Amino acid sequence: MRAALIVSCALLTACAVDTEPLPQVTGGNAERGRDVIREYECGVCHVIPGIPAASGRVGPALDAYARRPYIAGKFPNQPETLVRWILDAPAMAPQTAMPAIAMSHQEARDAAAYLYESD
Amino acid sequence: MPSQASSSVIHPAPNSGAELIDQLGTVLYVGGAVIFVVVMILAIWGVYGRGRTINPQRWIIGGGLVFPAVTLTVLLVYSLAVGNALTAIGTSNALQLFLECFGGGNAAANAREPSNGLLRIHVIGKQWWWEVRYEQPGNGEPVVLANEIRMPTNQAVELVLSSTDVIHSFWAPSLAGKVDMIPGRTTRLRLQTSEEGTFRALCAEYCGGQHALMMLFVVTQEPTAFNAWLAQQREPAVAPTDSFLTLGHDAFFKGECHTCHTIRGTPANGTDGPDLTHVGSRKSLAAGVLNNHIGTMAGWIAGPQEVKPGNKMPETKAFTGVELRALSAWLGSLQ
Repeated sequence: MRAALIVSCALLTACAVDTEPLPQVTGGNAERGRDVIREYECGVCHVIPGIPAASGRVGPALDAYARRPYIAGKFPNQPETLVRWILDAPAMAPQTAMPAIAMSHQEARDAAAYLYESD
Repeated sequence: MPSQASSSVIHPAPNSGAELIDQLGTVLYVGGAVIFVVVMILAIWGVYGRGRTINPQRWIIGGGLVFPAVTLTVLLVYSLAVGNALTAIGTSNALQLFLECFGGGNAAANAREPSNGLLRIHVIGKQWWWEVRYEQPGNGEPVVLANEIRMPTNQAVELVLSSTDVIHSFWAPSLAGKVDMIPGRTTRLRLQTSEEGTFRALCAEYCGGQHALMMLFVVTQEPTAFNAWLAQQREPAVAPTDSFLTLGHDAFFKGECHTCHTIRGTPANGTDGPDLTHVGSRKSLAAGVLNNHIGTMAGWIAGPQEVKPGNKMPETKAFTGVELRALSAWLGSLQ
């Protein structure tokens, strides 16, 4: 019994070590981010979990975004990179179809936070 | 979709037809409730009240004939007056209307005549959007827009409603009642309000798969602001100024968009889809479904069938990513 307890504790710890912490956007609020994504209707082009009618197929689906290694297949998925991408994708990838969206820096941070927290 | 646009029959815009309908409704509901309560009290009194004799003849004549006759006559005249105010028959006198209705007058003929002095706006229902035309005097090209009506405050305008495919129905709940748009016929509706604002309207007659996504916005402005807007809308599209917008302009023709869309000031003169001469100035895309900005414009151009399945705008793979952005930017610049 005691051995089993020790083994299961060890297993639990192993699990905890395996799970990387989710990326965090400094100063980003996922709750507000949901409203930003709805207001700007990002779902016209993207499938986004938790957003009604976000079923677009023009751009890639954005589910499980925290676990995606790359942004737009090009840039390592880091919070600050994602914020820059949301604000002005063409500045980073001139051939992209995603336009620069006229939103505030804070709105982009919130939207990025939502993408990381939604699955 | 653009929020903050009111669309409610129980919160009508001030000095609108919807307000008259709301008042008529209130009179009927409250009056009906009072009469119901009085009748119930009398019924209970009739069962349990003992030791009193009544005069049946007085109750039958009073409650059964005089009261309904007076009440219904008053309501008839009142509701005719409301109807008169709503439908622009050309008289503000309810009694005159009453006499015309029952005296073989020509109220119906008057209803079909264009009312003098009113701004007339043609609204044509299509699956699943609205064409809106401001005809110009003489040979002037009409101002044509889509999914948006602008009108001055404190001034009645007359909508001339028609359809080119199936039956639609125009309903701006905060402004007026609904009126059907029937192929081969012309119907009319008068709109008026003293409030500056944006009001949502919708199709109120099932018209096919995307009926629920067929909306428009009625924007009311001060008369001077409205006239300035109309004058500006009369202008053709200005030529693109920088190379990026020029790329968008060229992409429009490369993608054959001009087959269906008109942009005055360019060779584009298709008539199957909405006129895009000033599309950048509109509140919405896809008939009230999307806000109008560069992202939604690009998404709508590249994937219209995801937004509104079955609509007549085809999906296209004609554009590179840069062209799609440039095209969206150019269309957005057509203010």
